[in-house]
Amino acid sequence: MALKLSDYKTEVHNDWCPGCGDFGILSAIQMTLADLQIPRHNAAIFSGIGCSGKTPHFIHTYGIHTLHGRVLPFAQGAKLCNPQLEILAVGGDGDGLGIGAGHFISAGRRNVDMVYIIFNNAVYGLTKGQAAPTLKLGVKTKSLPQPNVNNSVNPIALALVSGFTFIGRSYSYDIKHLKDMISRAIKHRGLAFLDVLQPCPTYNDINTKEWFQGLDNTDPGTGKQMPRTYKLDQVGYDGVVHDDGDLNAKMAEVILKSNEWGSKIPLGVFYQNDRVPTYQERISSKIHNYAASPPSRQVIESFDHKAVADIRKLLDTLKVDN
Amino acid sequence: MLHEDNEFSNSLTWVIGGAQGSGVDSAANIFSRACFQAGFYIFGKREYYSNIKGEHSYFTVRVSEHPIRSHVDGINILVSFDSETIFRHADKVTRGGFIIYDSELGSTTLEEVPSIDEHAAERIKKEIFGKDGSPYSVNGMLGFAKNNGAILYDVPYFQVLRAFSEKVNEPALSKLTRMINVMALAASMAVLGFDKEVLAKAIRFVFKAKPKIAESNVLAANYSYDYTRSRFNLIHSDPMLSPRQPPVNNILVQGNQSSAMGKIVAGCRFQTYYPITPASDDSEFLESNQIIEQTDGGKGSIVVVQTEDEIAAITMAIGGALTGVRSATATSGPGFSLMAEALGWSGMNEVPLVVSLYQRTGPSTGLPTRHEQSDLRFAVHAGHGEFPRIVFASGDIEESFYDSIKAFNFAERYQLPVIHMLDKAIANSIITCKYFDQEQVRIDRGKLLKGLPSNSDRGIAGHYLRFKLDNTPISTRVPLGTENGIFWNTGDEHTEEGHITEDPFIRTKMMDKRLSKLDLALHEIPDEDKAVQYGRSDQSVGLTAISWGSTKGAIMDAVDRLALEGKQMQFVQVRLMHPFPKDLLERLLSGTRILVDIEMNHTSQLGSLITEYLRRPVDYKIVKYNGRPISSSEIYNALVLIIHGNAPRRIVLEHGT
Repeated sequence: MALKLSDYKTEVHNDWCPGCGDFGILSAIQMTLADLQIPRHNAAIFSGIGCSGKTPHFIHTYGIHTLHGRVLPFAQGAKLCNPQLEILAVGGDGDGLGIGAGHFISAGRRNVDMVYIIFNNAVYGLTKGQAAPTLKLGVKTKSLPQPNVNNSVNPIALALVSGFTFIGRSYSYDIKHLKDMISRAIKHRGLAFLDVLQPCPTYNDINTKEWFQGLDNTDPGTGKQMPRTYKLDQVGYDGVVHDDGDLNAKMAEVILKSNEWGSKIPLGVFYQNDRVPTYQERISSKIHNYAASPPSRQVIESFDHKAVADIRKLLDTLKVDN
Repeated sequence: MLHEDNEFSNSLTWVIGGAQGSGVDSAANIFSRACFQAGFYIFGKREYYSNIKGEHSYFTVRVSEHPIRSHVDGINILVSFDSETIFRHADKVTRGGFIIYDSELGSTTLEEVPSIDEHAAERIKKEIFGKDGSPYSVNGMLGFAKNNGAILYDVPYFQVLRAFSEKVNEPALSKLTRMINVMALAASMAVLGFDKEVLAKAIRFVFKAKPKIAESNVLAANYSYDYTRSRFNLIHSDPMLSPRQPPVNNILVQGNQSSAMGKIVAGCRFQTYYPITPASDDSEFLESNQIIEQTDGGKGSIVVVQTEDEIAAITMAIGGALTGVRSATATSGPGFSLMAEALGWSGMNEVPLVVSLYQRTGPSTGLPTRHEQSDLRFAVHAGHGEFPRIVFASGDIEESFYDSIKAFNFAERYQLPVIHMLDKAIANSIITCKYFDQEQVRIDRGKLLKGLPSNSDRGIAGHYLRFKLDNTPISTRVPLGTENGIFWNTGDEHTEEGHITEDPFIRTKMMDKRLSKLDLALHEIPDEDKAVQYGRSDQSVGLTAISWGSTKGAIMDAVDRLALEGKQMQFVQVRLMHPFPKDLLERLLSGTRILVDIEMNHTSQLGSLITEYLRRPVDYKIVKYNGRPISSSEIYNALVLIIHGNAPRRIVLEHGT
């Protein structure tokens, strides 16, 4: 029997603020799971801390709400032990690019086959609006006592130089695009990163929904409002690395595109490189039966609870040599 | 040769020293292996600086016809090929003992050895040279040792090497200097009259990965052996260590292998770590042996991941554990400090996890390659808020094998983090013990469901209740990926399904559920895993020594020696550190009038737990915190003072180089 969208929803009361961009991301995740017909027990949503950290509780799959900044190592541990699981890690930009930035970089180096979605709103919402790592220098959102004194991190460029093999961006109010991006990220073999722009209606009074829609960004000629976001594929951009010779040129293009902000914010696939072995493939080169017999599939005890492992060969080397 | 009436009681202590990177370890491994092969029992320990090359490291190997468990302060045989080893150790060589040294270094002075820091140099000047005014030189030091009754054997290594190079037709002396360690070792074996064939076998064993190097070392060893025998006219002297029938069921094993081997047998299939001394060896051993033989003929495997930090190490291990895999991480104090928050998450979400905590000297970076037992209180309390954990301490290498299996059983049976306390003294020692018996091991996976959860595990909405409030604090558990077993985890307080709640009534119930597991564990864990009593105290004296962890061997050897002298006392080794086995300890200490707490830390942390739980004071505290493992000589001396009634209430031990 086909799984319906409602099958992926829980009855848990959602306490996000009205108008929160997180709702769009939650719906898009649920819709994607339904579109791809991923069995509920086969998926696990891992999250960090903050408003976005509550996401797994609203999704009817396994849901692991972890610690601030640590969602990636938790999620990678589960995936490496049971590669059959479909794993989505989610968290805020403070979670992933502030307190958890070290894990972000190292996850890129590993390229474990899973998806990481950052709910990017440039503020720490749940702690009442402090500046998060993606807030631009000098910007003063409403609860900041002073304009932001730190420069912002560039999530796309950081993902690129860290080794993520799929890097995309979407916008929480463009659910169709977002759903398509999540789907592509899931299907990608390797570590996929999605930077999802997500207005915080309560604390980010600068990068609002209206700001993204271009309410203040009118065409001087026609007077029409011009949305700030545009789709990379509509301007002929191709982020896919087709052969190894492409790599440097592609990486340079990603950096250029990732620096666009203000009146032109690109959405879509910045980068995709299927030529890098996943961490699972790297393990398989040392443990040949890893794919068929990963840690979670191994039986460690006999019917009478004796150990199945046999270390006598190891121990025999420690005996006297006869 | 083997003394019976003093600390050496039927044993011989052999020490080799040299600059880090000059082959001290290999030489000591060969010596240990050779003596083991010749039928002796071994206890060896390695001391080294936080340094890659150049600083002084040394290896002490105690050899006996009987099982031994510790080191002693004195040295019977000192093997050196540099001057620092003479400056640092020659004064500890006992009457009748001998020193192998390089006669070409005789005039080297203390000031000419840059790796001897000024504090050590001043101490050596004051303690050794202050007494007779001789020059601060290697020869002066050797003179001091000679006056103490040591016998000196000078080996001019360079000359020997040159002669050897002609013999083997290898003009590049630099290639041969790498073998000075083995030549020094062989010279000591020549004086001992040790069987040359057994020595050769041991060399081949230690260098088994490099057969060519093994053969050149055998040649060099034989050359040095023969040279020493003929130079000192030892041809007709009786061997001091003549081969015996080796016990067939013994192994010679290092403490950085034993717990890892336990993990393999326990079924640990995922280990994460961030490099740190002295814990890394545990993970590296697992990675080197990641393909696992199985009794059913199949092949298992363990995935070992080096993470970006210790926070990632513990959280990744927890992620693995959620899939039903026995998962562990291994670390030392600084890393464990970083793990505190995630430890609480594991306690809150009832995830079985094993943390092997190899203690070293703290606080902060402390003495990073030295020994201490100062993380007991920290392990018991690490993390904010209140959650259950088990803290379990091994006393020696053999125990650490079985204990690491028990640690996983406890973790899964009670669904909580288990901190397995080990330390530098265990990790960097080597011992002869019984072949590990994998047959006697039992795996207890607790309430891990193998099939689908049953209806009794479901709530009103039909959802699986991972944290079911029931008449037992232990709920059933399913791995991520189980059909019809969907649950949620959160570090927030949660409902039976695992969703966030701030309900005050559920909060109380969930706290009670989690923390009452400790009562259950205390009730179920067998006495021998809580605390072990050795010996019996003399009724009239009522003396008991109490301790935990790697002091065990030194205390038992000291207590045995006292018993030989007619002084009976009891030793209690505490193994379950948390939950604290108060009732059992009350029973074991019921006849005790004088309680002596022995620990490798400043504040007598076990002593403070005893006072807290048993409401009784510790009468004497023997402590050591200079980074060097406690010896049985030191414990013996301190206990004698106490028995004679003229000891201070707190005795600080300070031996060690």
